[in-house]
This record gives sequence, structure tokens and C-alpha cells, in this order.
Amino acid sequence: MEHLIEFRDIYKIYHMGDSDVHALDGVSLTVDQGEFVAIVGQSGSGKSTAMNIIGCLDVPTSGSYYLGGVDVSTMDDDQQAEIRNKMLGFIFQQYNLIAKLNVQENVELPLLYAGLSGEERRTRAVAALERVGLADKRKNLPSQLSGGQQQRVSIARALAGDPSVILADEPTGALDSRTGREVLAFLQQLNAEGNTVILITHDNSIAVKAKRIVRLQDGRVIYDGPADDPRAVVQPEEQEEAAV
Amino acid sequence: MNFTQSFRLALKSLSTSKMRSLLTMLGIIIGVAAVIIITSLGHGMQVYMNEEFESLGSNQVDAMIVGDNDSSRHVDIEDMFALVDRYPQYLSGVTPEHRASLIVRHGADEFTRTTVKGVGETYYSVERGTTMNGEKLAKGRFLSYVDAQRQQSVCVVGAYLEREAFGGNALGKTLTLSGVPFTVVGVMDEYADVTEGSGDDVVYIPYTLAARLSGTSSSEYLFAATSRETAPAAKGLVERELFKIFQDSDRYVVLTAAEMMDAMNTMLDLLMTILTLIAALSLLVGGIGIMNIMLVSVTERTREIGIRKSLGAKPKNIRWQFVIEAGTTSAIGGVLGIGFGILAANLLTWVLSMALGSENSFRAVPTLSGILVAFGVSVAIGVLFGYLPANKAAKLNPIDALRYE
Repeated sequence: MEHLIEFRDIYKIYHMGDSDVHALDGVSLTVDQGEFVAIVGQSGSGKSTAMNIIGCLDVPTSGSYYLGGVDVSTMDDDQQAEIRNKMLGFIFQQYNLIAKLNVQENVELPLLYAGLSGEERRTRAVAALERVGLADKRKNLPSQLSGGQQQRVSIARALAGDPSVILADEPTGALDSRTGREVLAFLQQLNAEGNTVILITHDNSIAVKAKRIVRLQDGRVIYDGPADDPRAVVQPEEQEEAAV
Repeated sequence: MNFTQSFRLALKSLSTSKMRSLLTMLGIIIGVAAVIIITSLGHGMQVYMNEEFESLGSNQVDAMIVGDNDSSRHVDIEDMFALVDRYPQYLSGVTPEHRASLIVRHGADEFTRTTVKGVGETYYSVERGTTMNGEKLAKGRFLSYVDAQRQQSVCVVGAYLEREAFGGNALGKTLTLSGVPFTVVGVMDEYADVTEGSGDDVVYIPYTLAARLSGTSSSEYLFAATSRETAPAAKGLVERELFKIFQDSDRYVVLTAAEMMDAMNTMLDLLMTILTLIAALSLLVGGIGIMNIMLVSVTERTREIGIRKSLGAKPKNIRWQFVIEAGTTSAIGGVLGIGFGILAANLLTWVLSMALGSENSFRAVPTLSGILVAFGVSVAIGVLFGYLPANKAAKLNPIDALRYE
């Protein structure tokens, strides 16, 4: 079966003055339809770079990235924009809602760029907002909502376009623990409904909510397996680093 | 994402910071208003001058002799009369307009700036009720054929002399020109502003006397063509006659009223074009203002641009959004400028009619073409100057834009 996401020996090298920084140093991994994967790592491990490449926000220096069987690593800006629009739904730590648009307009944005009619956008945006339980707030501005509510709006926005992959970058980072748990529970529910969810986090206690963990360190995959395996969470190097 | 959506988005974005939007538009508002005012004034002036010309009679042909008229070759008025008699189908009359340097006195008063013109009876048209210069007779009569033939010492005075020399009661009184007494038989109506040296400070005497007293012959002849249509042919006849006399086409200039009107219009057009270009400079400054604010706006909204890109906005969507925003800004500025311009033109019309008296029919009329061009140019300037910032926004890297604080 074709993998939904396939990294083939991906390198991402940044030039910092005279030295090269290998943010991703030969990463290969696959994600299948319906998985719930957490990509975990300390800051500087390369997880953000991995998320940018998965999200088609960045291109690898070398290697191939197949999304839905298509090599997207060589696409131009317009094609990448189209892939982001059709196949990816982003959930960000800072929600990233546009302050001057109301809730419904925010949710409609990806549909707007997809070229849908006003009627269809409205229907789908309202449906997505109903799924996160905020249909009654659709005329409010983001600033009139709590942090948890704003994150639910951004989840609705990610869902509205009916993407193949939901990409959540530290989705609970700005929330208190109770709201954070709610958001995670919601991601689990989405996965249970058949959505592919990729969660990027530095926090092990959040990563274990996923079914599978991919641990990155210094641009390399050092663990890839089920989330309930003790090795997924405890890493000798990590403990050493923590001690230092 | 289509045009209406971008337009609505632009309006929303403008309305969130009204003060700033207004200040951004200010350059365009002033520029467009200036263009409208200038084109209105120019158009009004053209209409006004053309009406004045029409009232003078568009069948007039003016022949001016250049240089010394007292050499062996000179124009004899009898030749001019003969020319008119030979071609009655083209020419209906001729009069010299002989500006004679004569000293004008009334009692102890000397009027040094008064113009003395020696003219014939053709100078005043009884049917039209005006002279060839458009002046009307207020009292008495104009000079007659007999006055010229018999060299009678009679004159017609302008409104200035009537008031200043005769206290409003000139008819039948006498003034002296270089010592020769002339009886006032007519008074002209107010034509200019009744001041010294103006078109009202004038004395008309028979051309025969003007020639005799000044010892020179006239250097200007006014012909009346039989109609507007025959005026060009009449001009040709006059030119041929003058060439026969002088054998040199540089010694005379013959113009029809239509040509003078055209020359005037050409000059006015040129003047208006220059003034409009100067006004358009402020449009350019306005455009730079828009570019400036759009660049600031792109920087401020870097994160928004990143969000839009992450949601699937293509570079062209972003570019389009900012170009339309700039275009909308300048278009609204343009509409406001047109409004202010029309208002100012009407105000000017009112002020001028107050200053010049209600009889004066000068009106600063905004032209449709002026309005359309001003609007078009303002939109074009917005789009042109919005393009650079819009392109900057379109080219932003989505990751950098998303991380921008």
C-alpha cells in the first residue's frame, strides 16, 4: 500500500556563516493513512524543520518527500500552496487566527483560497465550527474568545478544508493544562474518526497521547515505534542533557 | 479568491484604521482636486472666451501692417475700399483702426493714457449694436460715413472719459486732441472696468482726421467678411492685395477671427496642459505616499501573510490582495478629490461672479473627461505604486512570515 507520507533520506542543511548546520541529517520515515504520530524532540532536534517540510512550508536540501504518492519536494511556490490548501490542515501553538476577521471568516479562509463559492464556504465553515462546538460564536472576533476557544477555531479551520493530514505544532503550548487536555482529547477523537494526525511537541507527556512516537535528536531519528514502549519516552542522552 | 472578495477585504482593512487611510489618501485627494479645479477653470475660460469671440462676429478679418508704414510702399485706405467694392460676395466692409498718438485734453485736465482710435463707420455695426471689438453704444450715435468724408471734428468717448472728464454728461461737450477741438456725439457703454488706461479709456474719431493730425497712416485694417464661411477666402483676397503693395509677405499679418480664436485656444490648451501636469505631480507624490504606507502595512501584516500562505494562498493571491488594497485607497482618494474639486470649482464660479458682476457669464465647469481621467489616473497610480509592496508581500517566505513577531 502506498504511504500517505514518505520521507526518503531527507537532508536539510542551513549555512550559518562558515559552518553548515544539519537540521535534518538523512531522515527516512513513513506515515500511513489513519495514524496518530507524535514527532518529539528537544529544541534544535530538527522537529520544526521536519514539520515545515511535511507542511510544504519548506523544501529539503536533498532527498524526496512524497505526499499522497506525489513528490512535493521539487514543487514550485504555487503548487506547494495548492498542496497546503487541499491536503494539509495546520494547528499552531499561537492559534494564528487573523484578528480583524471574525471566527467564521477565519474558518472560511482555506476554502476561499480553494475557490469555493460563498454559499459552500458558509455551509462548510459552520459545519466545522459545530464539530468544535463554537457555531454560536461564529460572528465573534478571535479576541473575544478564550485561548482554548481560539485553538478550537483554529482546529475548525484546519478541518474545514477536509485535509488528508492534520499537522499540529505544539497545539497545547499556550494553553493551561485542562484546556490542553481537551484539545488533545479532540485530536484523539479526530484520529478515531479516521483522520491522520501528526503532532509536533517537545513534551513527552503530550507525545504519549499519540499512538506512535518518532523521536528526533540532532536531525536524526533515534526512536520510531509505539507510544506505549518505555524506550519512546526515556532516553539516556536526554537524561544526561537534563542533568547538565 | 476573486475581485469582489479582495475588494471587500481591502475596504475592511482600510476601515480598521480610518485616520491612517485618510492621511494616505491625502496626496491623491489634493492632486485630483487640483486637476479638477484646473481643468474646470480652463474649460470655463475657453467657453467664456469663445462666447466673447462669437459676440464680436466671427466673420472679422484683421490685417496688421508690420514695420514702417511710411516708406515708398504703404497701404492707401482707398485701395482697401476698392478691394471691398471688387469682391462684394466676400467682403462687406473695411475700416482702419488707426491708433493715433494725440494729446487728449479737457479744460485743464490732460489724459495721457487715453487711446485715440481713428475708425470708419464700418467699425460699428448697427444690426449687431456693437463695435468690432464688442463695445456697445450707451448714448448718442457712432461716427458716420459723412464724418469721415468731411473730416468732421466729432468723437465718441468711452465710459471712463464720460465719467472722469464730463461727470457723466459728455454729449455735446468738447475736448481737444492735440489742440483741435472735437465735439462728443456718442458715449460708449462700460466695456472694461472703467479705469484709466483700460478699454473704457478711449476716444473714437474719424480715421481721416486721425491720419491728418498724426501724420501717419493706419497700421491695422479690420475687414468684415460677408459670412463666417467666406472669411478664409476674404483673408486670401486681403493677403493678395497686401502682397501686391509690399511684395514681401513679412510686412503684414492677416488673421480671421476664427484663426485668432484657434490661436487663443491653442495657447490656453498649452497653459492648461502645463498646469495640469504640475497638479499631476502632486498625484505622483500621493502615489509615493501610498507606496510608503503599503510597505509599512506589509511589514505589520507579515504574520497575517504567513497565516494566509500556510492556508494555501498563492503568491498571486497575496499580491492581488495588496494591489487591490492600494488601488482601492487611491480610488477612494480620487472620488473624494473629485468631490472637493467640483465643490471648489463651483465656489470659484461664485466668487468670480461676485467679483466680476453678475452679467459676467464665466463658469468653471468640471468636464466629464477631466473627471474620468483624474479618476483613472488615481486608480492607476495606486495600482502602480501598490505593486512594489504587494510583490514584496507575495514573495515572503511562509515560514519566516509565520514566525515573525
